[in-house]
Amino acid sequence: MLRLMSFFQAFGLEPKIWSVVDLTRYVRQTLETDYRLQDLWVMGEAFNVSRPSSGHLYFTLKDSEASLRCVMWRSEVADLAALPRDGEAIEAHGRISVYEAGGQYQLYADDIRPAGIGALFEEFIRLRDRLEEEGLFDPERKRPLPAWPKRIGVVTSPTGAALRDVLNVLRRRYPLVEVILAPTPVQGDEAPGGIVSALAVLNTYSQPDVILLVRGGGSIEDLWAFNDEGVARAIAASESPVVSGVGHETDVIIADYVADVRAPTPSAAAEVATPDREVLADELVEMRNALERAFKDNLRELRRGYRDWVVRLQLTSPRAQVANAQQRVDEGLHRIEAAIRHQLALRQAAVAGLSQTLRAVGPAAVMARGYSVVTRDKDGTVVRSVGQVEPNEGINVRVRDGSFGAQVTSSEEIDKPHEDG
Amino acid sequence: MSKAKPPEELNYEQAFEELEALVERLESGELALEESLALFERGQALSARCSELLEQAELKLRQLVPDDSGGYVETDFEVEE
Repeated sequence: MLRLMSFFQAFGLEPKIWSVVDLTRYVRQTLETDYRLQDLWVMGEAFNVSRPSSGHLYFTLKDSEASLRCVMWRSEVADLAALPRDGEAIEAHGRISVYEAGGQYQLYADDIRPAGIGALFEEFIRLRDRLEEEGLFDPERKRPLPAWPKRIGVVTSPTGAALRDVLNVLRRRYPLVEVILAPTPVQGDEAPGGIVSALAVLNTYSQPDVILLVRGGGSIEDLWAFNDEGVARAIAASESPVVSGVGHETDVIIADYVADVRAPTPSAAAEVATPDREVLADELVEMRNALERAFKDNLRELRRGYRDWVVRLQLTSPRAQVANAQQRVDEGLHRIEAAIRHQLALRQAAVAGLSQTLRAVGPAAVMARGYSVVTRDKDGTVVRSVGQVEPNEGINVRVRDGSFGAQVTSSEEIDKPHEDG
Repeated sequence: MSKAKPPEELNYEQAFEELEALVERLESGELALEESLALFERGQALSARCSELLEQAELKLRQLVPDDSGGYVETDFEVEE
């Protein structure tokens, strides 16, 4: 269409008279082909903020001399942490285009943030560069974490999810430690000072083996205290090594650069600071096997030594002496065999646990001590748990010298600790 | 072995490290029966201590709170789940 009209004009055939729609589209295309207008941030105060039932967000950005209509589609609005309030200074990102039916150019926004975040980010970069130049992030400064922490300091809010996450991980993974909480607010104006003092107090009064500086996820403003210069310096000055675990995986903050170890989340911070008891248990089993093996090898050596001695004595000694020595050797051998049998039995019991021992001894011996075996009439299975039987169900009880039938009248579960892991 | 502490007074690290050293000594051989037995018994006690710690340990929670003299003290605390 446009090209056609230009053609007429070029030949002077017709004066240029636009239709409204053509003109509007032309303006729209002009705006839309200017790349500077298609990806921009604009700053102003939000007014006439409205969100009708369509879910789209409409508002006007104003400064002292001009105003700009803005719209944000429902799908984008869903990603906003908070809707702008009337009069709030904000920065909106989007593209400029034209609403043809209304004859209005406007901003089609896809992101909105409180004004000043951009400035904050620049401040962040400046501080990071300065501290880096000072050497606060140097790899040589990073201290190794203790392999076996006994006391773990935690700097965080006493009511936050981060503390619960940390405690859950420690309970499951390595409950052999003592946790010392230094409570502090972790967001807001009080947070930077609180964190600095919590780190100092921990170092002065508790000297933990390692300190976890943690906070759950949040907006960039929520996490801002961990970008504070004072906090960075307090981490660097800490006697105990510091593990940072702030926000989510993707949040990188200055505290992460200064910390001796950066963990992506509070839970991960607790994990990197402790050994895993499952792994320790495996190591322990291996060590126990090595102990038994070494002991048996020793006994075998000793036995061989005695036998050699017997042979030597028989070859070289008078009869009486031989007999005498033979007796001592026999005693020695006997003690060794007994020791092996005894120690192996002990070990078996220790490793395999009580049930194994009971099985080895046999049910008769156990029943003689007053235990009985209960089976369900229905299918003959042995009842090991209260959950296996129902009221009025018929059961059979076997004791040392016979058995008798019985009926379940009631059942009650007894809480057993340490079964939740 | 007379200066050895009772296993129940050892923490995990101490018990495990002593166990490790003891196994190494047993593995080196050349021990008299009495010594070998003593090491083995001690080793079993240590490994039992380690098992006990791993299975029965319960996380201890302390909190630093200001005291009257302007310093801080550790006190027990509990987290509401």
